[in-house]
Amino acid sequence: MNYSNFLFRVLALCSIVLLSACERPSPTSVQHGYRGTGMVQVFNDRAVEQRTLANELPMALPAASTDGPTAGKTYQNVQVLGNLSVAQFNRLMVSITSWVAPEQGCTYCHNPANFAADEKYTKVVARRMVQMTQHVNADWKPHVAETGVTCYTCHRGQPVPEKIWFKEEPQNLRADFIGDRAGQNLAAASVGSASLPSDPFTPYLLGSLDIRVNGTKALPGENRHSIKQAEWTYSLMTHMSQSLGVNCTYCHNTQSFSSWNNNPPQRATAWHGIRMARDLNLDYLEPLTATFPVERLGATGDVAKVNCATCHQGAYKPLNGQSMLKDFPELAKPAEAAPAKLVEDQPSAKKKG
Amino acid sequence: MAQYQNLFTTVQAVGPVHHGVELGHGNSPRTGEPLIVYWAGVIGNAQIGPIYLGGLGVASLILGTLAFNIIGFNMLASVNWDPIQFVRQLFWLALEPPAPAYGLSIPPMNQGGWWLLTGAFLTASLFLWWARTYRRARELGMGTHVPWAFAAAIWLYLVLGLFRPILMGSWSEAVPFGIFPHLDWTAAFSLRYGNLFYNPFHALSIVFLYGSVLLFAMHGATILAVSRFGGEREIEQIADRGTASERAALFWRWTMGFNATMESIHRWAWWFAVLCPLVGGIGILLTGTVVDNWYLWAVKHGVAPSYPAVFPAVVDPATLSAVKP
Repeated sequence: MNYSNFLFRVLALCSIVLLSACERPSPTSVQHGYRGTGMVQVFNDRAVEQRTLANELPMALPAASTDGPTAGKTYQNVQVLGNLSVAQFNRLMVSITSWVAPEQGCTYCHNPANFAADEKYTKVVARRMVQMTQHVNADWKPHVAETGVTCYTCHRGQPVPEKIWFKEEPQNLRADFIGDRAGQNLAAASVGSASLPSDPFTPYLLGSLDIRVNGTKALPGENRHSIKQAEWTYSLMTHMSQSLGVNCTYCHNTQSFSSWNNNPPQRATAWHGIRMARDLNLDYLEPLTATFPVERLGATGDVAKVNCATCHQGAYKPLNGQSMLKDFPELAKPAEAAPAKLVEDQPSAKKKG
Repeated sequence: MAQYQNLFTTVQAVGPVHHGVELGHGNSPRTGEPLIVYWAGVIGNAQIGPIYLGGLGVASLILGTLAFNIIGFNMLASVNWDPIQFVRQLFWLALEPPAPAYGLSIPPMNQGGWWLLTGAFLTASLFLWWARTYRRARELGMGTHVPWAFAAAIWLYLVLGLFRPILMGSWSEAVPFGIFPHLDWTAAFSLRYGNLFYNPFHALSIVFLYGSVLLFAMHGATILAVSRFGGEREIEQIADRGTASERAALFWRWTMGFNATMESIHRWAWWFAVLCPLVGGIGILLTGTVVDNWYLWAVKHGVAPSYPAVFPAVVDPATLSAVKP
């Protein structure tokens, strides 16, 4: 009996099934650390091509004249951007419409009978989001540099950005007798289908629990962090890696994840990014909870929040590092109506002071 | 003539099936009627059964089944008793040890109590199975090499789930019962304790692990290669070296200057296999109890290499007073 031939066929079939779950070869690897440290970025050329297409910038409208009366004086109820000229103001409004609500148009936020009215929640949210954008561009330069962000960085033509997060619905424990997952152990999309804790955002991007679990001394004594805490950190880092489309070694020298020695500068940028997301969630998004209608809220009644993926969307620099801000300098200005508390928390503001 | 040049055993010597020798006082009868399975013969002996169960075997199986079922039902409950999700997510599901806050106390059933109970049952089951291998080896007049090799694996299991958590004062340090979750735990363990690759006992364990693979390949290949000269009669050739043994010895002596013998190669294999979990367990036991950060330990003792700087110096932003931590 020719069973080896039969076995060969079975094996061939199995390998096809197994390999179909993988990316088609061959990937490109780029060394970016010292040789022997394994600091290599792996890219799939087809995925990079797709990403390039997905990150093409929308055409910017030609710059508008700064002459004439300001929008604040011409229109009613202009609480932000009132110092722009009417032409500049309208250019920005048209641009925002094309970035955020291209299908719905002006009436997505405005009452067509009275553009000044705040009766639609979307207008109130949009105003706060303009302030948030200005805050990010003015005060989070350690993360966004001069590239900056605009509404399009997150929205990409959709009224609700695709990559947002809500608090996880607590597991239904029934009688709380059996089957507690401890917030992990499911194939969670938020952490690349790993069995890691599936909501690393609530503790780190809303709360500020310790992300660093490593001790600073060789011997035990001071460091009381547990392995379970390490799993939560691991989960946050997996989210970052996934959101930026990079491996661990994009930011870390994996000889030691905690040491800053011989680390790429991107790690410091990412460090500020974590604080930025936390700042935006706490000071801009959570206070909007009551503004949103119930259907826009998450399962636990919380507001949509940002994480790394909200802007990055698979690219290590959002929109592949192309700046839209240079065409919209009004979004780079410090937020006019920002509460005093915010200014204190801003890293760049503190440096100045 | 059959010549062992196939991936699979091409010769199946099949005689009348038998239950084996009569056993003395204090032994149970064997269970099951022996049968001949061709496919089993391709990879091993074609005869399946009978099996010796005995009191130890039955007790071990009962406790092991209990542990297995507690894990399984916790997994099933964790997906809301949905059998489809249970199958779909099986590799992701787990029974987690208690949270760190419980320390070494006994937590409520759903906060790690099930984990503790499962650990107790599984440990008892393993000990009973170990005693069974010891008893069976003795009853067959064999040496006790198999039970002691098994004990080495039990040592690593106990270090991970019992000895180290007790020394650390927290059950939460132990491994969850689950396929991917225990692998995540392994990665998190290394991340938490500053890179396990700088743990010398971990390094030794890897040496013995890969060494075992190398020895197994060398030995298996050598014996298959000289089977045409009767080389599979290894035990006889320990004392009575035939041409197979001579050729095998010459092959290694000529290619690498030194060769094992028909006896010593099995000691090499046994010690490599046993030392893998033995030293690995020592490495785990020292982690967190004696050393908290293996990378810093390795730097302190000049083990970790330092590499030339290729990036501009990066300062930890948390150390700058101008920014909030």
